[in-house]
Amino acid sequence: MVDESTDQGIPAPEGDVEIIETDYEIGQDNIEGRIGPFGFDIHNPVFLVSGLSVVAFVFYTLALPDQAGAVFSWLFSATTKGFDWFFLGSANIFVLFCLFLIVTPWGSVRLGGAEATPDYSYAGWFAMLFAAGMGIGLMFYGVSEPLSHFSSSYGGTNLGENGVRSDWAPLGAARGNEAEAIRLGMAATIFHWGLHPWAIYAIVALSLALFSYNKGLPLTIRSAFHPILGDRVWGWPGHIIDILAVFATLFGLATSLGFGASQANAGLNELFGVPISNTAEVLLISGITAIALISVLRGLDGGVKILSEINMGLAFVLLLFVLIAGPTVAILTGFADYLGAYLQYLPALSNPVGREDVNFMQGWTSFYWAWWISWSPFVGMFIARVSRGRTVREFIISVLLIPSLVCVLWMSVFGGVAIQQVVQDGFTGAQEAALPIQLFKMLGELPLAKITSLIGIVLVIVFFVTSSDSGSLVIDTITAGGKIDAPVPQRVFWCTFEGAVAIVLLLSAGGLASLQSMVISTGLPFTVVLLVMCWAVLRGLMSEPR
Amino acid sequence: MFRRIMAPVDLAHPDRIARAIDVTVDEAKHHGAHVDFVTVTAATPGPLGHTPEEVRQNLEAFVAAQREAHGIDATAHLVISHDPTTDVDDALLKAVKDTGADLVIMASHKPGLAEFFWPSNGGKLASHSGVSVLLVRDA
Repeated sequence: MVDESTDQGIPAPEGDVEIIETDYEIGQDNIEGRIGPFGFDIHNPVFLVSGLSVVAFVFYTLALPDQAGAVFSWLFSATTKGFDWFFLGSANIFVLFCLFLIVTPWGSVRLGGAEATPDYSYAGWFAMLFAAGMGIGLMFYGVSEPLSHFSSSYGGTNLGENGVRSDWAPLGAARGNEAEAIRLGMAATIFHWGLHPWAIYAIVALSLALFSYNKGLPLTIRSAFHPILGDRVWGWPGHIIDILAVFATLFGLATSLGFGASQANAGLNELFGVPISNTAEVLLISGITAIALISVLRGLDGGVKILSEINMGLAFVLLLFVLIAGPTVAILTGFADYLGAYLQYLPALSNPVGREDVNFMQGWTSFYWAWWISWSPFVGMFIARVSRGRTVREFIISVLLIPSLVCVLWMSVFGGVAIQQVVQDGFTGAQEAALPIQLFKMLGELPLAKITSLIGIVLVIVFFVTSSDSGSLVIDTITAGGKIDAPVPQRVFWCTFEGAVAIVLLLSAGGLASLQSMVISTGLPFTVVLLVMCWAVLRGLMSEPR
Repeated sequence: MFRRIMAPVDLAHPDRIARAIDVTVDEAKHHGAHVDFVTVTAATPGPLGHTPEEVRQNLEAFVAAQREAHGIDATAHLVISHDPTTDVDDALLKAVKDTGADLVIMASHKPGLAEFFWPSNGGKLASHSGVSVLLVRDA
């Protein structure tokens, strides 16, 4: 007999679910033991293979930088150029599939069983999924991308010698038409940060949550393949899927850590004259990793969630400040206008075939889709981890529609102000600056620049901490065969390992850029994984009691 | 002397808790105390079960077996945690309050270098809880 009175405040683990019957015991392939004083509990062979191949790849890029650079950049351009139609087409399928799930009766299936209650409040949940999902990109591209699309649209189209367009403008551009160039530029930016990326995350997160909470399979990527591969997912096909996921996550985080350190360094240089140097960036990465370590040691509720909430609070303050200090009315009318422009241009921008704006489509859209997809195992798994107790409909609305709207708002404010500065005040400082400092140049034109730039730098750093700590938890879970209660030293290991890989790559010439190309190349196999997931989710939802 | 004993058990590692359970049963008989067996688990599928419900059933079966075998008065308490690795200490401290236990008996490994960085669960419980704590070391 269980004494129910002690369960207050604890989610009731009840309700009908359709468990998938399998002989697999979670943790059966794990090796437990101790190295010196530290205990471990790892999946064999996922932990070792992924750890060792990461080390091997780092050595390869260090030992043969030119060759590695050439190989990875070839791989990158072959992927984004040769398969642009595949990325664009698949991303459209993901968006349509998510929207479809909202309106179907399957939307009422609850993750974790019919009577499960949500683990987190809306505020904490939303903060975590947003901070892990795109936080840092918003800082990096919030000013620069709208400016870039606006300029190229304003410049109009150019035909190269071979009859292929040589400009980078979206669609048919808007030569000399300022108002239309702004609308097109904002629509193109929002397109890359709106429904499509969030649909990608939503698919991965939904399939992981469904197969783990409702079907009783371990919380790893391979579980979504059970409807197709059956019990073979517990063998090598599954190992490979999980290893790929660890790979993409670790290198994705390490390269982002490197780029984030360079942006924070650039900001500190702009603000306090801190020299831009390897030393400064290594110190920044070490600092970010140290804070992330504290956060993973404090756990999901005491570390990751609190940091994510601080982050959202700061980001909101910055957003509000720019909104008020900038041309408020123009921004607010812009928000509605840009949202309209997004919807208006959405069909043309997402068209996968017969496009004339090849540079834009391959260099921007295809790149972004591959990038989001290569991040999706990590972000999706993290979102799944914190989304138990939500219905599918609630989940999709919160993961797809609300973050998209927030991104529209963010881009309208930051991009809108930056474009206004160019158009109205003739200030081209941000436009001409290097990518990492465009944000700080834009803030520099507004009052209280010192304070807001400082908030900007803190945000960049905290956004990285939230990516690093949640990423460590995800890698730890995958490499422990879906167990989330592996010994603490394992988390410490992955978190430190990420930082170390980032530092090593930063110190080698071109190391970060070539690995980033590689990460993006992993987007291609994962697109196939995601398409399979759509089908698996459908199968899973159909068998679920509603 | 003791009326209610709380015994945290990690059913995934029966070999590590065997001695502590023996001690718990002896003490319960000696004092005529009620035993609350507590397990902290996550909502995700784990070695103890695919759903929290399954873990609960496993725990109840374990407790029923203890009642049968030793004729003690015992109940099961399942605590669901978001992140058991780091939250287990707090979950156990709360369980002490919830069960109203006046004695905690649990297994604890021999301390080593690692305890300087991560104190053992039992050690932390003894430091922060107001009740008596008996840590049972491995043989």
